[in-house]
Amino acid sequence: MTDATLTKSAASPLVELDDVSKYYGNIRALEGVSLEVHGGEITCVLGDNGAGKSTLIKIIAGLHRHDAGAFRIEGEDVSLSNPREALDRGIATVYQDLAVVPLMPVWRNFFLGSEPTKGAGPFKRLDVDLMRRTTRAELLRMGIDLRDVDQPIGTLSGGERQCVAIARAVYFGAKVLVLDEPTAALGVKQSGVVLKYVAAARDAGLGVVLITHNPHHAYLVGDRFVLLKRGTMTGSHLRTQITLDELTRQMAGGSELEELSHELQRAPEPHLGGGAADTGE
Amino acid sequence: MTATAPAPASAKDERLIHRSVLRKLLGRPELGSVVGAVAVFVFFSVVADSFLRASSLSTVLYAASTIGIMAVPVALLMIGGEFDLSAGVLVTTSALVSSMFSYQMTANVWVGVGVSLLTTLALGAFNGFMLTRTKLPSFIITLGTFLMLTGLNLGFTKLISGTVSTKSIADMEGFASAKKVFASQLSIGSVDLKVTILWWFGLVALATWVLLRTRFGNWIFAVGGEADAARAVGVPVYKTKIGLYMGVAFAAWISGQHLLFSFDVVQSGEGVGNELIYIIAAVIGGCLITGGYGSAIGSAVGAFIFGMTSKGIVYAEWNPDWFKFFLGAMLLLATLLNAWVRKRAEATA
Repeated sequence: MTDATLTKSAASPLVELDDVSKYYGNIRALEGVSLEVHGGEITCVLGDNGAGKSTLIKIIAGLHRHDAGAFRIEGEDVSLSNPREALDRGIATVYQDLAVVPLMPVWRNFFLGSEPTKGAGPFKRLDVDLMRRTTRAELLRMGIDLRDVDQPIGTLSGGERQCVAIARAVYFGAKVLVLDEPTAALGVKQSGVVLKYVAAARDAGLGVVLITHNPHHAYLVGDRFVLLKRGTMTGSHLRTQITLDELTRQMAGGSELEELSHELQRAPEPHLGGGAADTGE
Repeated sequence: MTATAPAPASAKDERLIHRSVLRKLLGRPELGSVVGAVAVFVFFSVVADSFLRASSLSTVLYAASTIGIMAVPVALLMIGGEFDLSAGVLVTTSALVSSMFSYQMTANVWVGVGVSLLTTLALGAFNGFMLTRTKLPSFIITLGTFLMLTGLNLGFTKLISGTVSTKSIADMEGFASAKKVFASQLSIGSVDLKVTILWWFGLVALATWVLLRTRFGNWIFAVGGEADAARAVGVPVYKTKIGLYMGVAFAAWISGQHLLFSFDVVQSGEGVGNELIYIIAAVIGGCLITGGYGSAIGSAVGAFIFGMTSKGIVYAEWNPDWFKFFLGAMLLLATLLNAWVRKRAEATA
């Protein structure tokens, strides 16, 4: 295994996939993929469309069980059967289509589904002060300085909304954060903002799995890089072992790209304006 | 990460200075309706001399309360992203069940009132259950309930009492006390106030509290705003919607008992068309027709506008045939004003 050299951290990783495979009927969606997620580190999963990134997320998030290999959380072998189980074990997944309600204030969104209450019986009510204060403090801790936690979350930019979703996952006790293409739909500046908060989550001690098809974004923050292609792992590197150019080359398909550039080269004898010769061919 | 945080939480954010009190007010869903209500009030005060008398105002409040009691849960339902077209005839159904059960069983009227409560709540639950089970639009589901109840109201009443109205229950046991609860008059000084006004204010206060200060209220906004996102974070979407329909049913029960105990008979054809007036009151009050936004207080202001217009036309000694025209114009104006206000508020937030 290429990643045999990577397992040098003293503690057991927060999440570890060892030679994991997943089949849908006779379709091989994922085969022999290994990766490690450590606290305070960012593991990037890179791959083109159809490389198996979504399948990988679904296994870690508990939506699908893996069929072969080992999936360990803090050293313990597991086989997750639903997202709730993953959440309970501290794995929070932030999907691209974010779980926010645009017209509701930021603080209501932050606690939606897990609202703290005070009082008892018919007087049980939302602890609004706590909710407002916590939202503001938690976002500030992530480096998000909101103008007003009462503004509808729909008025925030896509990047800021992504950040709120991340801060929310962190607050509700996530140890591992799985981010599905967080920068895919964002502009350059917004992507930078999101990457900053991803780094903030890392600094807060979380293990982060960053799924992306952008090697430039990955290289900015990543500690480990796992490359997927057509369901198999084509590379696994520590940051110290690889340069951005090499990562980009491998990501883009390496030798395949050379082949493509060869194919795209002009034919040795391009057709030059001669009418009769062309029609004859 | 505190290094990247520029200001402590307690300090005023320098970007907030532009958001003045006025701007905050503009952000409230009720604002458009309040402006409308003031305009209507001033208008009728000027054109109708008797409009400002205390007795006139108590009449206006009574008219507003009969609509307002239903507009409150209808507004909540609309915030939750659904309609209830059966709300109008459900009031009549509730009154009929109460009256006919007591009469046929020769029981204390309170027994009928209790049976009516259970029946009405069950009908509300039926609406909600059908909606969440079939995933059809609430417009279709409740249109079906509306038609079925209209038929049942008339059919059963004719079958049992032979006419289109129920038999009088005025001489039955418990009638006096039930009338006191649902249809009495309170005299404050020289002014007579109907008890429905108290019910109305109570419901508005309760609904506002639920909406803004409870988990259920948070869920109402969420299921109306983005049901899928709400489900993803663990909000019980179906239970919330069923609960909202049962809320409409509860208010229909109060209205129905008022209808019954104001007189002592019920006309089985009543209530048709009222469902739209409840929706109009909610929309004038700032509820977004697509869900996720609105308020209970707004629905009360909407009902008040309705009361002022319907009675103001009488005090101005105009032909009441014009009433519907005014109501329609009011609806359009209020919706436009709401949209404009919200756009302004969000642009400068």
